[in-house]
Amino acid sequence: MSRLAVPKTYKLYIGGAFPRSESGRTYEVVSASGAFLANAAKASRKDARDAVVAARAAVSGWGGATAYNRGQVLYRIAELLEGRRAQFIAEIEEAEGVTRAVASAQVDESIDRWVWYAGWADKFAQVAGNANPVAGPYFNISVPEPTGVVAIVVPQDSSLLGFVSAVAPALVAGNSVVAVASERFPLSAISLAEVLATSDVPKGVVNVLTGSPAEIAPWLASHADVNALDLVGAGDLDWISLEIEAADTLKRVLRPEQGPDAAAPALGRISAFTETKTVWHTKSLR
Amino acid sequence: MSFLEYAPAPESRAILSLRDRYGLFIDGEFVDGRGTPFQTISPATEEHIATIANANEADVADAVAAARRAYDRTWSRMSGRDRGKYLFRIARLVQERSRELAVAESLDNGKPIKESRDVDVPLVAAWFFYYAGWADKLDHAGLGGDPRSLGVAAQVIPWNFPLLMLAWKIAPALAAGNTVVLKPAETTPLTALIFAEILQQAELPPGVVNIITGAGDTGAALVAHDGVDKVAFTGSTAVGRAIAKQIAGTDKRVTLELGGKAANIVFDDAPMDQAIEGIVNGIFFNQGHVCCAGSRLLVQENIHDEVVERLKLRLATLRLGDPLDKNTDIGAINSKEQLERIHELSEIGVAEGADRWSAPCEIPENGFWYAPTIFTNVQTSSRIARDEIFGPVLSVLTFRTPAEAIAKANNTPYGLSAGIWTDKGSRILAVADQLRAGVVWANTFNRFDPASPFGGYKESGYGREGGRHGLAAYLAPAATVGRGGAQFSTGRGGAQRRLETGAAAAPADLDTASERPTRSTETAAKPARRTRRTAKPAKKGAAK
Amino acid sequence: MPAPISAGTSLVTARERALAVLGGESDDATLRRYLHGIAGVDAVGLEQRAAALGTRSIKTTSKKWALDRIISLIDLTTLEGADTPGKVRSLVAKALNADPADATTPRVAAVCVYGDMVPSAVDALGAAHGDPDDGGIAVAAVATAFPSGRASLDIKLADTAEAVAAGADEIDMVIDRGAFLAGRYGLVFDQIAAVKEACRRPDGTSASLKVILETGELMTYDNVRRASWLSILAGGDFIKTSTGKVQPAATLPVTLLMLEVVRDWHLMTGQRIGVKPAGGIRASKDAIKYLVTVAETAGEEWLQPHLFRFGASSLLNDVLLQRQKITSGHYSGADYVTID
Repeated sequence: MSRLAVPKTYKLYIGGAFPRSESGRTYEVVSASGAFLANAAKASRKDARDAVVAARAAVSGWGGATAYNRGQVLYRIAELLEGRRAQFIAEIEEAEGVTRAVASAQVDESIDRWVWYAGWADKFAQVAGNANPVAGPYFNISVPEPTGVVAIVVPQDSSLLGFVSAVAPALVAGNSVVAVASERFPLSAISLAEVLATSDVPKGVVNVLTGSPAEIAPWLASHADVNALDLVGAGDLDWISLEIEAADTLKRVLRPEQGPDAAAPALGRISAFTETKTVWHTKSLR
Repeated sequence: MSFLEYAPAPESRAILSLRDRYGLFIDGEFVDGRGTPFQTISPATEEHIATIANANEADVADAVAAARRAYDRTWSRMSGRDRGKYLFRIARLVQERSRELAVAESLDNGKPIKESRDVDVPLVAAWFFYYAGWADKLDHAGLGGDPRSLGVAAQVIPWNFPLLMLAWKIAPALAAGNTVVLKPAETTPLTALIFAEILQQAELPPGVVNIITGAGDTGAALVAHDGVDKVAFTGSTAVGRAIAKQIAGTDKRVTLELGGKAANIVFDDAPMDQAIEGIVNGIFFNQGHVCCAGSRLLVQENIHDEVVERLKLRLATLRLGDPLDKNTDIGAINSKEQLERIHELSEIGVAEGADRWSAPCEIPENGFWYAPTIFTNVQTSSRIARDEIFGPVLSVLTFRTPAEAIAKANNTPYGLSAGIWTDKGSRILAVADQLRAGVVWANTFNRFDPASPFGGYKESGYGREGGRHGLAAYLAPAATVGRGGAQFSTGRGGAQRRLETGAAAAPADLDTASERPTRSTETAAKPARRTRRTAKPAKKGAAK
Repeated sequence: MPAPISAGTSLVTARERALAVLGGESDDATLRRYLHGIAGVDAVGLEQRAAALGTRSIKTTSKKWALDRIISLIDLTTLEGADTPGKVRSLVAKALNADPADATTPRVAAVCVYGDMVPSAVDALGAAHGDPDDGGIAVAAVATAFPSGRASLDIKLADTAEAVAAGADEIDMVIDRGAFLAGRYGLVFDQIAAVKEACRRPDGTSASLKVILETGELMTYDNVRRASWLSILAGGDFIKTSTGKVQPAATLPVTLLMLEVVRDWHLMTGQRIGVKPAGGIRASKDAIKYLVTVAETAGEEWLQPHLFRFGASSLLNDVLLQRQKITSGHYSGADYVTID
């Protein structure tokens, strides 16, 4: 041991910036063996509110970008993540107490999922949309459009893969996201935010809150300016109450999934956060 | 001074590091060809650029064998995810080397640098990005679950968009899991060979893509080769017809993107300034060397004079000259032969009584050039209203009603594309419904996107490139794959069946195409003989 | 397109000319029929054309010519609530001597100020005050309750007359965007025509009238095209994009569209109308795109002070930095150009 390390301060990621919690609170993150790793920010309801404001402001730009552009940006995330592979592997090894091989597999799969979803950006509408042969002199076409702001409680039992698996599909169609990270393994989510901040993802498109999902989720579930709620990682919370709260503004809700393959890659995770718009137009030569 | 004479703004050639000689790219390496090498020249100056290897039949066989080996041993067994990663790499490398590719393309083809820089090369990268994403999503291609690749694809491309046509061919083929032998046009091999270097940088497994250069006989030998499962050709209708005959009776699947004589229909309520731009872009983009060029302007009779007047004013501002000058709008005609054809048809137009007007512009001393030209007083029966000129020549016809516009637009053996200009949405959609053309642009023209299928009706060919349809052209449904039996499993008519199914994935135990007992010797040999007879038109004719 | 009228027709007043073109009175209904009969604009195509013009590469001798020409087409502008006689004197000094280190630097076309600052500008210019086509520097005044235009006609006319009386050579008026959007084209026409009358001097000459459309509030290209035609019909000598107080101000597509209108008007009547993009043009590179657009749309003869202007302030110094780069061969810095 020749050199004293310079540890990183882990903060929130809101609107493209890395603020501390407005509440000034932090909580201790420990390794699998119980050793101190970092003091993560403990987000408050006001941080959640700020994150929703940032996400809302980002919707028109991100949703309005061409699908090709979104695909390129998502692919860029994969490229940058690949470049910081070693950092994430080390972080996961330490936090989760897993072998290097297991941590590597988690990082590799995370990178590949970004690539998989990046590819969907300019194809999804071709699969989910269609021309409709209506009985009349009309052109009629259905296309999927982003729902808007999606709040996500990401899977709680992984550092990186769960976060990526839940957040990436919501971004494909052009939604912006407020993600509540794993309470126990929050550090990789913030490190990933550093990747997002430098990979052409516009500010506010992804916002990351660390802290207590039990405390933050109800505020997001009831927030009138949130359009959809992904409870994939909320299995240990009172998620039925959250779903009831969400129903007040008829949010689109995905329910909790358990197990290591929660939020597995699926077209359904993209379409869950889209609205189908059907356009009619007359046809006539006269 | 005249500001409009803009001082020269040449794009630097320093970015290019060309070799003196280029070999064939077979099995991941450049090798000598066994035919007589040929020169590629700059059509703007007639200066020599490089000496290019010429693939003879033995070289073609080597390339097909390499593709077969790569298919059997590597590419067909690789996960879609990994195939996709290679394609993403290629897309990125094309982006990184985009300026170099643009300069090479303009040098070799004669097209203006602003087009190669802003249209061709960005679309090339986009094409690879788009199909990269498909490689691990084939279940969604529209053929049902677990579709299968076809095998070895023989791809022959034209000289008008050399690198872009390469991308249209290679990207979907690789995404679907096929391997490729591609032959670029004789006059424009340069960017394909630089692309081969990109494949080396991407560490694409050897043999997955093979690029062989040569003239029409090389292309014909490739198409005829027994080890080929899929033929994709872009070029003239004459060669396309020959290929269709050549592969008749075989299991080869085929996609043909052929000629066109597109109608660009301008109604009297059109957004006028944009329509003028659209007409100009429709026929003078890429010197009119565009299969889907809007070469027949159908203008409503009550605005004919105004449109022609405005068109002439606009054409007078086009700048013809050095393709590498960033301000050049009209570059060089790609070859002497093509220039002669344009001259010939143009003279026929005059002889038939049409009125010719050419934009006033200085024609450089060396190289091949043709000033932007408009023919008015053209009748539907005129040769210049029927034959594909494939140059910067616009024929103007009139119509009185939408029905007449549609009838005239459809009155051609071609059916690749069409344009509609009107402010009235219901008319756009109704006219589009009735046009017998594979691509219809409304209030725009010559737009291309990897997500959008492109291809023709009638003698403009069959099959689509781009979008899901372009992917499906390199796939077969899981159930129908299997030697021979495929032909009887779909319940389609005979002719359809030949085009849509037929191809079979090769078994992994056979290495070379020549050993494959796919077809009886007799049926395989017959088309091959016909190949040689019909090979002639392929020379120079490989133009879309 | 409207039916052409012969260029030789002698048309004395704007109203007579307009009536000849319209073939009727300048009331809401007639104007509506006329303006809505003009071919529409396809926004995508317009923007693509503007973007294509923006890719022209202007190098070496052409660039040097362009930079000097940009300077000679600038209306050097200060339009702040905090403007003082001192600020205007400083602006005029900059107009007179843009680059003290280089005597070959051209002068700008005009200074553009609020009406009450016209005396200060005239005073500061002294003998240099004159027609920019003859090497002088003109004084332009914004008027008609600039920038909102929300005042009665009497006040707008008084605002105009006062500026003209104080020595303004050019009046930059704003149209009533509310009236335009409400379809009251006759009212907009009448106001422009009245302001044009108010530009007359006792000696029978007239200040030049620039009509500001405030395209950022008209929003659609069809509206911009109609407002351009309306302003020209009503007697405007120039059509101008913006006040600079509303975003977006000048854009290349909007300017291209307005240039297409003046080109068509010229084809129809033989009369040349000026175009002034104003607001948001800060870089030489962007200004050169405008020159290209003018030259390739209306024609190179439009690149003169009486037919094309840039309404700008910070643009001048960026052009000077580029000029210095061409002269010296190395990049210059903000400390080497003077502020006004």
